[in-house]
Amino acid sequence: MATGTRSRGPLLLILPSIIFMAALFLYPLLSGIWQAFSGPDGFTTAWFSRMADDPYFWEATRNTALLIVVLIPLQFGLAILMALLLRQRPRLAGLHFYIWVVPLAISDLAAGLVWLSVFTDRGYLNSVLDHLGLGSYAWLSFEHPGTMFLAVVLAELWRATSLVFVIVVAGLQGVPRDYDEAAEVFGASYWQRVWHVLLPQLRPSLQVALILRTILALEAFAVAQALTGRNFPLLVGETYQWYYTLQNPNVATAIALVVLALSILAAIGYLRLMRRTPEVG
Amino acid sequence: MSRRERIWVQLGCIAVSLFMGVPLYLITLAALSSRESLNEFPLPLLPTSLSGETMSTFLKSTGIVGGLVNSLTIGLSTVVLALLLGLPAGYALARYAFRGKDPYQLGLLLTRALPIVVLSVPLGRIFLDVGLYDSTYAVTLLHTALALPTTVLITSAIFLGVSREQEEAAMIFGASPFAAFARIVVPQALPGIAASAMFTFVLSWNEVLGASILTLNRRTLPAQVLATLADSPLAFRFAGGLALVLPALIFIAVARRYLLNMWGTTLR
Repeated sequence: MATGTRSRGPLLLILPSIIFMAALFLYPLLSGIWQAFSGPDGFTTAWFSRMADDPYFWEATRNTALLIVVLIPLQFGLAILMALLLRQRPRLAGLHFYIWVVPLAISDLAAGLVWLSVFTDRGYLNSVLDHLGLGSYAWLSFEHPGTMFLAVVLAELWRATSLVFVIVVAGLQGVPRDYDEAAEVFGASYWQRVWHVLLPQLRPSLQVALILRTILALEAFAVAQALTGRNFPLLVGETYQWYYTLQNPNVATAIALVVLALSILAAIGYLRLMRRTPEVG
Repeated sequence: MSRRERIWVQLGCIAVSLFMGVPLYLITLAALSSRESLNEFPLPLLPTSLSGETMSTFLKSTGIVGGLVNSLTIGLSTVVLALLLGLPAGYALARYAFRGKDPYQLGLLLTRALPIVVLSVPLGRIFLDVGLYDSTYAVTLLHTALALPTTVLITSAIFLGVSREQEEAAMIFGASPFAAFARIVVPQALPGIAASAMFTFVLSWNEVLGASILTLNRRTLPAQVLATLADSPLAFRFAGGLALVLPALIFIAVARRYLLNMWGTTLR
């Protein structure tokens, strides 16, 4: 087994992927950092100050933070509830499961367009309100930032909860039913069992899902673009604006690095938080 | 569980299904309504005036058929390239213990935490320098980079499930390692590989930011829809929405069996 050619075999098999990833991940990453800090006269932080001088940047930062803070808890609550419902083996479970996971393969642009048909001025929600005699409301108007935000949250909740749901369902499959049954024998109520037996065992799955979802939520932009144009700016949407409309790749890269820094912070934060909290119970 | 609790569970399931399903029904209804009925208010909530007019106008708009062709080309090339690079690596991870295996796997996981936007803008400049900017190759390379870590992890999980003994038996009877791989391993791993290929295709089909940044004229379908979003009528946007959603419905129907393994466990 340990002859020279044999031990080189696996390295030859992974080498193409390593070269490819170095060329398309590592190199652009380094070149991006260089691009964000270099001007005509060498090192500069001018691109970052230009970024910070743009009022849209701070609005986008605030919106992105707000979206994450509101969306993630809702999403995890809903996903866990969905997984618990399915665990009760309802009728037509297969059909429900299919409908619940379809959004997994839907892009945020498509989700934005789907919910546009609901929230637009002459859309389906206002049509229903009109049928009921309640009159209509300009949900996506910039004069109503509250409902604009609500529309973006609903669209993201609709699109991205299935990812958390699937991770939670897969995690639940690894929890032996005996634990649950034992707790039931000793008289624990359903919600006590969920809180003290199921959730602690799901912690590794939830941790991964939290990090993944936060990073993905930081990247959301097309959903808001489709629903509101630039009335609800998000960080990645601003990169797109600077690159595409304002033709300034340096500032675009600077914002991209801010998104990267936030992603890393979120990942580290969750890892520490989940490790430090003492076992529930 | 009591009868009443059973009813609550059923009602809960139906409520979630309505939340997930009704928007899909509405976008289909909107995209299949005629332009006239989309101008009515209130909009009809039942499919009373179905027509292919909105969809066919959308397909005839500038750049849509081209975008569709680009999306398909890029999606299929990404699948092929990701499998070419990823299958051997997935096989190596499943079958061998070697030095550097753990750092390699960790590196794969780390790349998944990297936001697409951090890669896209610098890649735009790099591709401009090497003359690949605004080509389907540029987008294919980016999408392959995004899909490769997942392809390696999924295929290694699939190869772990294929019996090593059969492969060795074939080699004892004189098959070369490659022939044993092609004739014993591949057929057993094929359904899983197909699921991974579909996953890659959907990733490429849905990715819009990188595709927008790396192209000007050779846009993919989502990039084209996004670029013309602000100046297009509502009917166009609804039709675009349905065109982007349809592959998702098909993909999930076909790949349902593999979902929990792919997203649920392997990808964690």
